[in-house]
Amino acid sequence: MAEGSKERVLVDITDPDEDSPNMIIYRKIEDIVTRIQDENAGGVAIRTVKSFLSKIPSVVSGADIVQWLMKNLSIDDPAEAIHLGSLIAAHGYIFPISDHVLALKDDGTLYRFQSPYFWPSNCWEPENTDYAIYLCKRTMQNKARLELADYEAENLSRLQRAFARKWEFIFMQAEAQVKIDRKKDKVDRKVLDSQERAFWDVHRPVPGCVNMTDMDIRKCRREKNPHRVKKSVYGVPDDSQSQPSPVHISSPPARKLTQEDVEKEITFLNIQLGRHCMKVSKVADSLMGYTEQFMEYDPLVSAIEPSNPWIGDDTSFWDVEASHDPTQQRVKKWGFSLEEALKDPAGRDQFLKFLESEFSSENLRFWLAVQDLKRQPLQDVPSRAQEIWQEFLAEGAPSSVNLDSHSYERASQNLKDPGRYSFEDAQEHIFTLMKSDSYARFLRSSIYQDLLFARKKGKSLTGKRLSGLMQSS
Amino acid sequence: MRSPPIPEMATQEVQLNETLAHLKTESESLKSKLEEERAKLHDVELHQVAEKVEGLGQFVMKTRRTLKGHGNKVLCMDWCKDKRRIVSSSQDGKVIVWDAFTTNKEHAVTMPCTWVMACAYAPSGCAVACGGLDNKCSVYPLSLDKNENLAAKKKSVAMHTNYLSACSFTNSDMQILTSSGDGTCALWDVESGQLLQSFHGHAADVLCLDLAPSETGNTFVSGGCDKKANVWDMRSGQCIQSFETHESDINSVRYYPSGDAFASGSDDATLTANKMRILLKKESTLFFIKKLGRTSEKYFPVFNL
Repeated sequence: MAEGSKERVLVDITDPDEDSPNMIIYRKIEDIVTRIQDENAGGVAIRTVKSFLSKIPSVVSGADIVQWLMKNLSIDDPAEAIHLGSLIAAHGYIFPISDHVLALKDDGTLYRFQSPYFWPSNCWEPENTDYAIYLCKRTMQNKARLELADYEAENLSRLQRAFARKWEFIFMQAEAQVKIDRKKDKVDRKVLDSQERAFWDVHRPVPGCVNMTDMDIRKCRREKNPHRVKKSVYGVPDDSQSQPSPVHISSPPARKLTQEDVEKEITFLNIQLGRHCMKVSKVADSLMGYTEQFMEYDPLVSAIEPSNPWIGDDTSFWDVEASHDPTQQRVKKWGFSLEEALKDPAGRDQFLKFLESEFSSENLRFWLAVQDLKRQPLQDVPSRAQEIWQEFLAEGAPSSVNLDSHSYERASQNLKDPGRYSFEDAQEHIFTLMKSDSYARFLRSSIYQDLLFARKKGKSLTGKRLSGLMQSS
Repeated sequence: MRSPPIPEMATQEVQLNETLAHLKTESESLKSKLEEERAKLHDVELHQVAEKVEGLGQFVMKTRRTLKGHGNKVLCMDWCKDKRRIVSSSQDGKVIVWDAFTTNKEHAVTMPCTWVMACAYAPSGCAVACGGLDNKCSVYPLSLDKNENLAAKKKSVAMHTNYLSACSFTNSDMQILTSSGDGTCALWDVESGQLLQSFHGHAADVLCLDLAPSETGNTFVSGGCDKKANVWDMRSGQCIQSFETHESDINSVRYYPSGDAFASGSDDATLTANKMRILLKKESTLFFIKKLGRTSEKYFPVFNL
């Protein structure tokens, strides 16, 4: 086995491989892991711990790691630190000395740091022959702590069957490794053995654990430099007959930028420069306003009536939400904006009812019809568009809406080649009209107010007088 | 095979290269000017403003249900509008529709390919869409008859030239928006399978998309391997806004419920979870980059409850 203390190869930062998604993360983790181990710079204390008759070298407790993460990465919540630490462990940078499962625990569980030689940033893709050598050599050593776990024993028998013809070679390699290992210092060996085991825990994980070395297939196309990929821990030369792994399929070369591309970019940038933008402070205010207003509607933050179906086992909340008989809280939302009112089917109904009482429902009906048009399958669009024109816009239309000349012109032009957006300008105009005019009156109307204050019909005289007062104020 | 350039053509080529170089310089200077202008609007840090607001207190997230049934990594999921049903798709090629409340599986489909990276629930709750390595997006109407073979009614809607990374119904069962490894997004008519609009502008795979929550809006945002997040006008196919502030692939984008802002998660994970940067966009649009881990962040769907 190659030296555990082998120095990490310094990599050229301009190397395109260094920008690959995994490398960015590895660099960040490695920065953290280097800092944690630096005792002179506020790192954790890595100690030798006495255990029964033996000593455990070079360990640190999970709790210490969690503490360090919280302090040095400004993390307030220990759960977040544990999660982060577990991700670092899952990639194999730290590992529990007595477990194959790579996760961080916030207690006295002992952990060790992985040798830079085994870091994932070295592009390890160890072959099964290597794994076979590893398992084989483990069986040759008479140490209780190196006994194979059940899944490892299963893996070994499977590999023995698969490599039946090569087994003599594998066996010899294993023997050679055992010889090399025996020459090492006892304390060093404890550490190196555990680091080697942690390496294999990453590349051949315990069944049930997520395999962190699984490539996201969407990113596989980016060609990894085959020279950088390391396939053998034990110095076994690469089998030239092996198939090129799927990750080495090169993606088509990037298209060179043409003059047209750059001209388009310039046009786009000029548009961006001309765009009106708001100051962050103003945007922040609007954002805060939104969250304050909607806080009571967010079940994660506020209690909901009658109960949260996911916490209790009562689904009535959903039934109530879906019904056309709205709660006061829901009615209150309609008052936030016209958009909110129209989002709710019950809100739409009530607004329509109000407009009908004022004999001006054609605006909303037009708006709804255009919304519906946009939801139609393509083949039904032309006929629906015609219907809308006839009903709302044509001369002598039964539900004539009042449009400005520009929108009217646009709509009639569009009708020659009707599409889903034929009435977009008109719809926008009508929406603005409703928003500035009828919507405000709706909110003051008895139809709305009755629902808002949950006043039922046929109530006491006092109730009626009160609502009369409110309307006139 | 090109014949050796005659002197005339050689001069022309030199001129073209000069023009291109000149244009590139212009583009670069516009970019820095844009950055300058944006910086001027940055009069306060969001976290400073946040300090004035009462904290939410201890935010306890508990697992309420665990849905077991997939044989490999779950790549995508989507809520139904009824707030209890979920469709999920997996690396093992299966698409499952669950009643998350009871944890019962209601429907299951085995796709002809593994790696079903995208799935979506139709607004009516009567269909689901899914796709992945097959480069297609297919729609399956959900039947009430449990014995009916879902695969029989499958409808191929979208066709891309590379993997399907994400799909979403618009506010109708009749249109589907897709994004693909071929670098484009597209809007399709479900019934006819016809392409309604395509969206070109990403220089690499598009990994994710999200529709703006407004009933009246017609925009969506997409994120890609070119490190850009683009906001598109569904009507015209034009890219309205482009954000290039990540250092690596953008795996996930999600609009804030107000429609004013969206968040993006990228492979350039910073390990300080409270680091935010704000850029300004169209009128009141805010762009938060909350750099979480490299996994796609799905923190906005919790608002679906």
